[in-house]
Amino acid sequence: MKAARLFQGGWRAALLPACIIVFAQVAAVVTHLQSDSLASPSDIAIAFAAVLFDGSLAGATLETLKAAAAGCALGVGAGSFIGILLGLFRIADDLLDLTIELLRPVPVVALIPVTMMLLGFGNSMEVVIIAIGMLWPSIVLARAAVKDVEPRLMEVSLVLQLGFLARLKKIVLPAIMPQLFMSLKLAAGYALVVAVTVEITANPQGLGYGIMMAQQALRPAEMFAYLIWIGAVGWMLSLLLNGIQRQLFPVHNQKGTQ
Amino acid sequence: MMRLHLRKLALGTLTLCVFIFAWKLVTDAKLISPVFFPGPERTYASLVKGLFGGPMLGQTLATVQRMVLGWLLASAVGVLLGALVGVSRRARDFIAPTLELLRPLPASAMIPIAIAFLGFSDNMVLVVIAFGALWPMLLATIHGFAAMEPRLYEVSVVLGLSRWQVIWKLALPSAMPLILASLRLGLTISLVLAVVGEMLASRDGLGQSILAASRNFRSADLFAGIVVLGAIGLCGSRLLSYAERRLLRWQAAQR
Repeated sequence: MKAARLFQGGWRAALLPACIIVFAQVAAVVTHLQSDSLASPSDIAIAFAAVLFDGSLAGATLETLKAAAAGCALGVGAGSFIGILLGLFRIADDLLDLTIELLRPVPVVALIPVTMMLLGFGNSMEVVIIAIGMLWPSIVLARAAVKDVEPRLMEVSLVLQLGFLARLKKIVLPAIMPQLFMSLKLAAGYALVVAVTVEITANPQGLGYGIMMAQQALRPAEMFAYLIWIGAVGWMLSLLLNGIQRQLFPVHNQKGTQ
Repeated sequence: MMRLHLRKLALGTLTLCVFIFAWKLVTDAKLISPVFFPGPERTYASLVKGLFGGPMLGQTLATVQRMVLGWLLASAVGVLLGALVGVSRRARDFIAPTLELLRPLPASAMIPIAIAFLGFSDNMVLVVIAFGALWPMLLATIHGFAAMEPRLYEVSVVLGLSRWQVIWKLALPSAMPLILASLRLGLTISLVLAVVGEMLASRDGLGQSILAASRNFRSADLFAGIVVLGAIGLCGSRLLSYAERRLLRWQAAQR
């Protein structure tokens, strides 16, 4: 829907970015730009083509996306599971709520030094950080979703004397599927952000490391090329997930966007 | 209601104690080497030592100051720019799509750019925090203004209100719930970026101190730093939720 609106807006939406690009190009040409921190749009395009064709961009993107996907799957999976349990059993919620509320505000980046010490650099450290970062919001969203399930459905399951697993499979999961997907969608965007942050801060792999290296090598064109690509990856990811969401849950999506 | 809260608090505290006890058991049994994983007593001792007489108090204040300054900057710029763009339909049509396009960009990806311009300085960290925390507030303000009841705009035309009066008297109050929620999100982002910025630029603060602690295998100091960071995050979001409830009381009464 966001993309549709972008194209509906047509020339109005495209005017500002186009103006900025033209202005930057003209300014760069007029001033004969020679800089360690700025680059003209045409140089950025050339640098982008260069990293695209030597394969470094694809490799870095793959590394980042793999870590983000693994962390996201782990975090959202575990978080949703815990959240469902907390939503179903009052007593579990009462027991764990305080601990969760105390652990939740710890910023994920504070875990970078710990995981660095315990796991060293590499994929596993990044995945663990992302998974922990995704865990808390998934718990909260899944718990809220379960508590929102129509109480009469729960009464039906009692009357039918469904066992725990049957109740989960036949009543609860179908009812909260749209919210679970919503939580996955939010987490995917956030996981990409965390992945890039971890790579910029510590972990020598992926897109974050690529942009950091371009800066330290004083190649501004390559740096901006990476920046724009990181933005584009995030944008395409959200576009893709929005599309899937519309396909899978057409009715609910309309409710959600209002 | 009161009894419910008490029960929840008692049960919650119980679990917390169980967790801390389990933590103690795991570390006492040396399942994980104490070099990497300190027990609760060592973490607590290091926390007390650092906060009373140690360098940690100063580092905490430095981080909090950075976070709050960046957040205030972002809030002021975000709400002001958002109001200017949001109040006019034409500006929204032209500018909002570009802003939406920039939104998914991770704020931390701006750090290399900021380093290229400002070097490893306090200003660099501040700019990164302000820039990262800006987006939620900016977009929330624009969305809040766009979602204002259209009849209110008609009312403002009939009353002959100036643009500033429309912003101040009609649009801002009606966008308030969205803006306040985004302020809380912005504070979380500010804390994260303050820590990342300190780690990368080696500015004095908790981020730099926990990174140094981990490099020297001072795991107790590291865990103490994480506890303080969690406490900062908790206090910040609690304070803002309290402010949110106070400020939106008129709205709750209306419903």
